[in-house]
Amino acid sequence: MGCDLQHTVHGYFDGELDAVRAADFERHLEVCDECRHSLEQIESLRSRLKRSAIYEHASPGLHAEIRKKIGFQEKPAKSSWRWLLVPSFGIASVVAVFWFALTLVQPHTDNARITAELVDAHVRSLQPGHLTDVLSTDQHTVKPWFDGKLDFIPPVADFADQGFPLEGGRLDVVDGHNVAALIYGRRKHTINVFAWPDKGSDTLFDSSGSRQGYNWIRWKSGDMRLCVVSDVSIADLRELKDLIHP
Amino acid sequence: MLESHDRIRFEQLVLPHLDAGVNLARWLLRNRADAEDVAQDSMVRAYRFFQGFCGGDARAWFLQIVRNGCYSWLDKNRPMELMAEFDEELHVRPSASPEALAAQADEKQQLMLALEALPPRSREVLVLRELEECSYKEIAEITGIPMGTVMSTLSRARSRLQQIMSGSTAKEASRGL
Repeated sequence: MGCDLQHTVHGYFDGELDAVRAADFERHLEVCDECRHSLEQIESLRSRLKRSAIYEHASPGLHAEIRKKIGFQEKPAKSSWRWLLVPSFGIASVVAVFWFALTLVQPHTDNARITAELVDAHVRSLQPGHLTDVLSTDQHTVKPWFDGKLDFIPPVADFADQGFPLEGGRLDVVDGHNVAALIYGRRKHTINVFAWPDKGSDTLFDSSGSRQGYNWIRWKSGDMRLCVVSDVSIADLRELKDLIHP
Repeated sequence: MLESHDRIRFEQLVLPHLDAGVNLARWLLRNRADAEDVAQDSMVRAYRFFQGFCGGDARAWFLQIVRNGCYSWLDKNRPMELMAEFDEELHVRPSASPEALAAQADEKQQLMLALEALPPRSREVLVLRELEECSYKEIAEITGIPMGTVMSTLSRARSRLQQIMSGSTAKEASRGL
């Protein structure tokens, strides 16, 4: 018990080291039995915790009680969530119309307006039953699903190993065009990656920012325009962007 | 009372994290009913102060409120628990004695007891990292631990949990289980 890097093994395991430190540590692992042993221990602890499923969820009654307390309309109990799909389509479209109206009254440049629409599309996708049209973590299932639905091929790849598991895909409409929406997970957060073709030479398109509490990064690559939107940090979004277009 | 678009934002940004709040409170208070009370109060409080939320990570923001609520609750109802923490080494809860742990054949029960036996500040970083899958940055934001010490705090918490767990398995082995 004396290795100087006994804490670093945790940062390595949790994916919190930058690339240089991670590479350094991997070299260290080859020669340090103690750190290798620690790594095995933390791995087994994590799988034990996962296996035991000790996460505690809120009871359905609590949801209802809180909604009542803060003056929201009651929703039926969670157990019958499938029935929720029908009213939630209604709610979602009201929300969509509402946001759409909001974006109309605000004078926006084209890019800002498109970004606003993308953030709204992200928010809409979080409504129950709206996230995925094709639910699969397999890029070979998701990619063909878009065939014939779009006149372009979106970049579909799974980045589960890098901490961004692919969760599925969806069609969306933004700025009057069909866009592909790919859904990735990030530590229980949801990320939408929107992609659509555009041959315009708009140098101002590459940008990032935050809107309504959501972060976004948009960029061009060849004839494609892409935008990632989520409530995860900009750094996480940038990581995903670099995975899609290194 | 919030404007209607703020209400929609609240409903989409904060309400979905109620589970996370209940889970964190459950492990900090070691009791389900108290946890639901504190999570509920925290959600109402979050709603009241939502205008003060200026974007960013809504889950971290809400969990920060829940955590504060839990510590106030402990301070009021079980002050000894927080005081004992200054003496971490001496702090062993009777329910987590090797005997008690070994008596739990069920792995899940064992793990729950071991986790509950940790001091609150170790317990919360473990729960946030392993159950809530928070990044170090989010853990720092929620707990107020400096970003630079999240890794070492987590390292110590994991070692302690492993120690407690292996204490119970050693006991099992010596009994020939």
